[in-house]
Amino acid sequence: MSTEEHDLQGAPFLKEQIAGLYEPAGSKATGEAAERSTKHNREVTEAIPYWQDWREAASQIKQYAVANLDKLLVEFEEKITARGATVLWAEDAEEANRHVLAIAREHGVKTVVKGKSMVTEEMELNHKLAEAGIRAVETDLGEYIVQLAEQRPTHIVTPALHLSAKEVGELFAEKLGEPFSAEHEHLTKLARKHLRQEFLNADMGTSGTNFAIADTGTLAIVENEGNVGLSTSTPPIHVALIGVEKVLPRIDYLPLFLNMLARVGTGQKLTSYTHLIHGATPGRKLYVILLDNGRTNVLRDKAARRALCCIRCGMCLNVCPVYRRVGGWAYGWVYPGPIGSIISPHLIGMDKAGSLPFASTLCGACSDVCPVKIDIPHQLVHLRHRAVNEPSPARSLGDRLTWKLWAWAMGGPRRYRAAMGLVKLGVRLARFLPWHPGKLGAWTRGRALPQVPRGKSFRAEKRSSDET
Amino acid sequence: MIRLEQSSPPRWKYPTYEPGEPVALFIPCYVDQFFPEAARATAELLARRDVPTVFPKEQTCCGQPAFNSGYWEDARKVVRHFCDTFADYRWIVCPSGSCTAMCRVFFGQVDPDPRVVEIGRRVVELTEFLVEVLGVTDTGARFPHKVTLHNGCHTRRELGVIDPPLKLLGAVRDIEYVEMPDVEECCGFGGTFSVKMPGTSLAMGRTKVQSIVASGAEVVVSPDSSCLMHIGGMLRHNPATRHIQTKHIAEVLVAGE
Repeated sequence: MSTEEHDLQGAPFLKEQIAGLYEPAGSKATGEAAERSTKHNREVTEAIPYWQDWREAASQIKQYAVANLDKLLVEFEEKITARGATVLWAEDAEEANRHVLAIAREHGVKTVVKGKSMVTEEMELNHKLAEAGIRAVETDLGEYIVQLAEQRPTHIVTPALHLSAKEVGELFAEKLGEPFSAEHEHLTKLARKHLRQEFLNADMGTSGTNFAIADTGTLAIVENEGNVGLSTSTPPIHVALIGVEKVLPRIDYLPLFLNMLARVGTGQKLTSYTHLIHGATPGRKLYVILLDNGRTNVLRDKAARRALCCIRCGMCLNVCPVYRRVGGWAYGWVYPGPIGSIISPHLIGMDKAGSLPFASTLCGACSDVCPVKIDIPHQLVHLRHRAVNEPSPARSLGDRLTWKLWAWAMGGPRRYRAAMGLVKLGVRLARFLPWHPGKLGAWTRGRALPQVPRGKSFRAEKRSSDET
Repeated sequence: MIRLEQSSPPRWKYPTYEPGEPVALFIPCYVDQFFPEAARATAELLARRDVPTVFPKEQTCCGQPAFNSGYWEDARKVVRHFCDTFADYRWIVCPSGSCTAMCRVFFGQVDPDPRVVEIGRRVVELTEFLVEVLGVTDTGARFPHKVTLHNGCHTRRELGVIDPPLKLLGAVRDIEYVEMPDVEECCGFGGTFSVKMPGTSLAMGRTKVQSIVASGAEVVVSPDSSCLMHIGGMLRHNPATRHIQTKHIAEVLVAGE
């Protein structure tokens, strides 16, 4: 698993630097765009009277699929292989990269056009192709922008969410030598002009997959720009990359998911294009790579299984008040936001991503909108429990002792009164301290401490009233 | 025992309250120590409805701070102490949505013992108890101020208690209720989050404070004193917003007599 290039410590908050009252690192554009799309997407979903029933149905179907991955993936493989596709299995990112590179070598590939795929971000595929002397061009507009800027996506659906049109205009002027413009339509035309030639010259196209349908052996891919259509059909070779959890049992269920994904993902009733690929076109090659890369770790953790139901709509990122402020890179790996916080610890290990579940107020705005009803805040606390008990950056002897002491103090009313007396004394005395250390300072640098009431605590009153 | 009918939004089936049945008060630790007026108002509200209240003296905490921090083994000890303390009461009323959610929704995760789960499900948040169980909306209060409501996220999303505080405030005499913009947004407190990620917590708090200021309210009320500790702390930290008060909703519901 190639994670060495990622700064898994990410933003200061992940290092638990109390002095870091600076942790928000997201751009203004991130917060504004995420807020805008939240409002818009909610309008589109709330227009559906059966929305809650759809969510329930989608959740049940995905839970069934996740519970039957072993059978459904084999069924998918058999069906699509029968129509000329070559299915390859990859246990981790490294194996998937080996498959892609072997295919490229076999066919003498020099240039690859890529449709948007988060799985290839997990694999660091562009990097690996470059090392092998193969040029990879991202063709999704957002991904193209991010690639030109030599950055990483900050969002799983809208990768360049953090950039304003002005910034994109400056980037195009610098990298493509075009005259500056901040006008959306003009910028899109520029990208189109430059990308068109790439499609025609490419030797291989790659794509992600939104749904791998088992009963018909179909790849379902949605998009809005036409670039996936071109990436998958113009070059003589198409390599589709799929996370194993993307399987759907039956094609009958597809309309429900297409309908929901577009609404929550981009606020559309349906995406501009929906591709259903059933096999290889005569004269062309279709390779399908099924990637695990830690997903079966989720299956091993019973309380976390629903995390695999995710259809990567990105809605939980948009609504998340933390994501809106810290931005996508703060999460340190491919998947940011609430969904990242619950899957990264499984995919890359608690030892690397154990801080992520703590980057949340547990407000639950994410699970409120999740189209497949993943219980994200509950998974977050579950992962916190694991993180403090397994090798992880969240494990701390100091915290362990503190909570042991706390549990002892909360074990009876006398100890409780003594502990609370100390807390109140501390709050009183803090006013006279010239400087507040650690967590006290983290509180008081932007907030007044609560006023200690002059009278008795409620229980003390109860006690004295009972005694009289 | 309260049963969950549907996971989203949560809807609960409440048992019937028989007149005269004693209700145990669960006063969360920080309310007891820092906001005793909220606890007094809670007892007063119930007394006015002829609901006899008991304060089990062994009570301490619901275990939420350790639970949310991942220390479930430590939380479990406190949860069991809670269950021993409240085992004899059919009704447990708590003036905090967050602590109620800990008992009702999360006890089972800390300790799957059916006894623990069952006792946890007896805990009812105060405004929920008044409106959904007793059927009361008018508490006879008078509060001639401009008020806005902040519902804690656990109250709103884990318990699904959204209407009860609004119905109760709506019946208060001479009150001017104003809804703040983006009322559903988290205030940024999040327990230990407030000191683990203080920058983000304060950034979220600033947005909430802006919404409160935009509403023009003089008083922010909430069924959660914990959110108010953070919001109020921010309001008092800045001289420009120091005039805006924070009050537990129970204090408003007993006001004016």
